[in-house]
Amino acid sequence: MFRQVASRILTRPTTTYSAAAAIRRPFSTEVADTTSGDEAFVEAWKKVVPNIDPPKTPSQFMHPRPPTPSTLPTKLTVNFVLPYASELSQKEVDMVIVPATTGQMGILPGHVPTIAELKPGLLSVHEGNDIKKYFISSGFAFIHPNSYADILAVEAVPLDRVDPAQVQKGLNEFTQKLSSATTDSEKAEAQIGVDVHSALNFALTG
Amino acid sequence: MASTAAVPFWRSAGMTYISYSNICANLVRNCLKEPYKSEAINREKVHFSISKWTDGKPEKPTIRSDSPEE
Repeated sequence: MFRQVASRILTRPTTTYSAAAAIRRPFSTEVADTTSGDEAFVEAWKKVVPNIDPPKTPSQFMHPRPPTPSTLPTKLTVNFVLPYASELSQKEVDMVIVPATTGQMGILPGHVPTIAELKPGLLSVHEGNDIKKYFISSGFAFIHPNSYADILAVEAVPLDRVDPAQVQKGLNEFTQKLSSATTDSEKAEAQIGVDVHSALNFALTG
Repeated sequence: MASTAAVPFWRSAGMTYISYSNICANLVRNCLKEPYKSEAINREKVHFSISKWTDGKPEKPTIRSDSPEE
């Protein structure tokens, strides 16, 4: 920043202000300090306050989006997040299988960009010979063109933390509620219960 | 342009996606084994107070709390 001020002092000519701004030539040691998206802001700033460096805008603090590679990448980068924790952050894996509402979807590097709503089911992350499985309650999966996959889930638990007895009990209870439900909303809740518990059961036994 | 997408059963019953998602998450939390279950339930406890404002003045607030009153 002081480099900038010093260079301005040195190059300040005896002519008027607007001419000074127009004919100032940058030193070779100067580095451009604004990213492309903020040009309009920097232009407007320079018109009002030419002597002070424009402040950094929030977008300059952000990491730029990883570019879409021209050749097919060998690994998929997965960001698997929960509201209270980040399970996997920028982890390079071979494949992820997510429980989309349209069925189990396998995501490989170079997958078509997709937004998928997830239903309660099993998520498995395949890395070499390791497979890590989580049961997801619901969420979304965003697959980007640069082979990044963002998986957002509300609850994700490894299968060994699930109690099979509770699952069975819940399944029976909700199946019974479903048959005795009268109003639409009771039926919907009972149906959700049946869906979640049967997905849990299937995940535990499958 | 009429939308031809099939509406999920919970939406046709008047439920929003957020309610559906929260119900699913609660059901999954209830099926956890012991130390994880109490951690999960503790994590999700909320405590807040809401009041509607009319004519620039707040009405009596409703307090929603999962923690015991101290």
